[in-house]
Amino acid sequence: MLSKQTKEAFLGPLNANNPVLVQILGICSALAVTVQLKPALVMGISVTIIVALSNVVISLIRKSIPMRIRIIVQLVVVAALVTIVSEVLKAFAYDVAMQLSVYIGLIITNCILMGRLEAFAMTNNVKDSLMDGLGNGLGYAMILVIVAFVRELLGSGKLLGFQVIPQWCYDHGYSNCGMMLMPAMALILVGCVIWAHRSINEEKK
Amino acid sequence: MEKFYNLWKKFGKNFEQGGKLENLSSFYDAFDTFLFTPNTTAKKTGSQIHDGSDSKRTMILVVLALVPCALFGMFNVGYQHLLATGQLAAGITACLWWKALGFGILAVLPLYLVSYIVGLGIEFIVAQMKHEEVAEGYLVTGFILPLILPINTPLWQVAIATAFAVIFAKEVFGGTGYNIFNVALIARAFLFFAYPSSMTGDSVFVRIGSTWGWDGAQAVDGFSGATTLTQLSTGIAAQTDCASIWASINGLMPGCVGETCVWAILLGAILLIATGVASWKVMVSIIATAGITAYLFNAFGPDTAIAHFPWYMQLLNGGLLFGAVFMATDPVTSARTECGKWIYGVLIGFIVIVVRVLNPGFPEGMMLAILLGNAFAPLIDWCVIRKNIKKRLKRA
Repeated sequence: MLSKQTKEAFLGPLNANNPVLVQILGICSALAVTVQLKPALVMGISVTIIVALSNVVISLIRKSIPMRIRIIVQLVVVAALVTIVSEVLKAFAYDVAMQLSVYIGLIITNCILMGRLEAFAMTNNVKDSLMDGLGNGLGYAMILVIVAFVRELLGSGKLLGFQVIPQWCYDHGYSNCGMMLMPAMALILVGCVIWAHRSINEEKK
Repeated sequence: MEKFYNLWKKFGKNFEQGGKLENLSSFYDAFDTFLFTPNTTAKKTGSQIHDGSDSKRTMILVVLALVPCALFGMFNVGYQHLLATGQLAAGITACLWWKALGFGILAVLPLYLVSYIVGLGIEFIVAQMKHEEVAEGYLVTGFILPLILPINTPLWQVAIATAFAVIFAKEVFGGTGYNIFNVALIARAFLFFAYPSSMTGDSVFVRIGSTWGWDGAQAVDGFSGATTLTQLSTGIAAQTDCASIWASINGLMPGCVGETCVWAILLGAILLIATGVASWKVMVSIIATAGITAYLFNAFGPDTAIAHFPWYMQLLNGGLLFGAVFMATDPVTSARTECGKWIYGVLIGFIVIVVRVLNPGFPEGMMLAILLGNAFAPLIDWCVIRKNIKKRLKRA
C-alpha cells in the first residue's frame, strides 16, 4: 500500500536516523521533561502531533511560500499549532500542563521541528511529509519514554505516578537514587541509549 | 619460590596466542606483573633512561602512604563506637584499645571488599573486551574510596557508586590515565547527590549498634555524631563547644574514615613528597590559599559560626588536608605544568573555603573544590603553555 519511500520516511527516524540518537536534536527538552513518565509521554505525543501537522501544512503550501521568508512562515505555522496544543492541554490535562510549564511553549524552538520542515516538508509531497513527521515525533517520544521510565523508576520508585517498588524494599534498606532526578543523569542516560544504539547498528553493518 | 614460578609460567602457556585461555590473557598478565617483576628490560644498546619505577610501583607507593590513614581510620571507627556507646566512661584500657581496633577493622573491611571487587571486576571485564592489559589505576582508587566515605554508608550504595564512577568517569574516557575527574571523588559525589541521607547528617559518621553481630550496644543519651563542620554550619554548636585544636590534630573525632587524623596524613604526605610521587606545590598552594581565604572570612566574613571558625581550625577539620595530600595531587587529573600546579592549588584552596562558609547546604567543600579544580586543570595547563610559547617566541 505504502511506497518504499513513504515507508522509509516513517521507519527511518524510528531507528537508523533517529532525531535524538543520531542527529542529537531536541536534547534540551529530553533532559527537562523526563523526570516522570507522564509528562514525558504527553510531551512526546504533543511533539508528534505538532511535527506531523506542521509538516502537512508546510508541504501543502510549499510551492507558494516565497523562499526568502520561508522560516517566518514555518514559525507561524508551528506557533499556531503549539498554541492550540498548549490550550488543549490546559483545558483537559491541567496538572500535566503545569508540570511541563514552559516546555510546551518551547516546542516552537525545538530543533527537530524546524529541521524536518526545512529538510523534508519543503521538498516532499503531503503523504511522505505526514509519515516523516509521525516517524520523527515517535522517534523522539520513544527516547523520552525510555529515559523517563528509568528516571522515574529509580529516582522515585514509581511509574506513571503509581508506586511500583514495594515498601518491603525500603524497609530493608533500599532507597531512591536522588541523582536520577537531576538533569545530569538524564544526559548520561541519553548517552547510554546512544551507546547501545550505535553498538547494535554497527553490528548490523 | 623457584618451583612456584616455574609452575606459574607453565600455567601461563595457556594464555599465549592460540592457547586454550587466550581470551583471558590480560587476567594472567595482571597477576603475573603483580606477583613478579617483569623479565623484559630495555635493550643494552642505545641511550635509555633506566628506572625501576613504573606505574605499578607508583601506585603501590601511594597505597603505602595511605596505610597510616587507613589504620588510624579503622581504630577511630572503633573508638567512636565505644565512645558513643559509653564504654569509655572509665578511660581507655589496653583491652578496649584492641576492641576498638578490631571493631573498626570489621566495620571498614566490607567497604574495602566491595570497593575492590566491584571496581577491579569492571576493570578486568573491560580489559578483556578491549584486549588490553589490566591497568593498575584502580589499586589506589579502591584504597582511597572507603577512606572518604562515612562508615555507615550501605554497601550496595558503595557498589553502585563504584560501578558508576569506574564506568562513566574512567572507562568511557579511555581507562587509567585518561580520566578527567578523580574516580574516587566521582564515586563519592555520586553517593552525595544520589543518596544524600547516607552521606550527611549526624548519624552516618559513627557506627552505633553491631557490626557482624558484634557489640550491639546502644548510644548513650545526648550523643551527637555530627562532625565539627556540620555542627557549625547547622548552628548546633557555638565554636566554643567544638573540638579543640589538639583533638582536631589527633583525629579522634567523627568524620569520614580516613580524613580525621592530621598525623597520619602528614606521614603519608612525607612519603609522597620524598618519593616525588605527589607534587608539594599543589599541597602547599591549597593549604596556603585555604588558610588565607579562611582568615579573610574570619576578619570580614558574614556573621555566622562557620565564617568565624578560626582559619587554622578550618585547615585541620574535615577533608581538607586529606584531599590536598592524596586526592588533588593525583597526577592524572591535576594540572601538569609546574606553574599550572600553583594556580590549580590556589583555585581549590579558595573554592573549598568559599563552599564551606557561604553554602549552608554543604558543610564540607573539599570534594566539590577538587572536582572543579579537575575540570579546570586542562585549561590552566593550556594557558600556561600558551604563555610560555609566546614568551619564547618573543625571545627568539
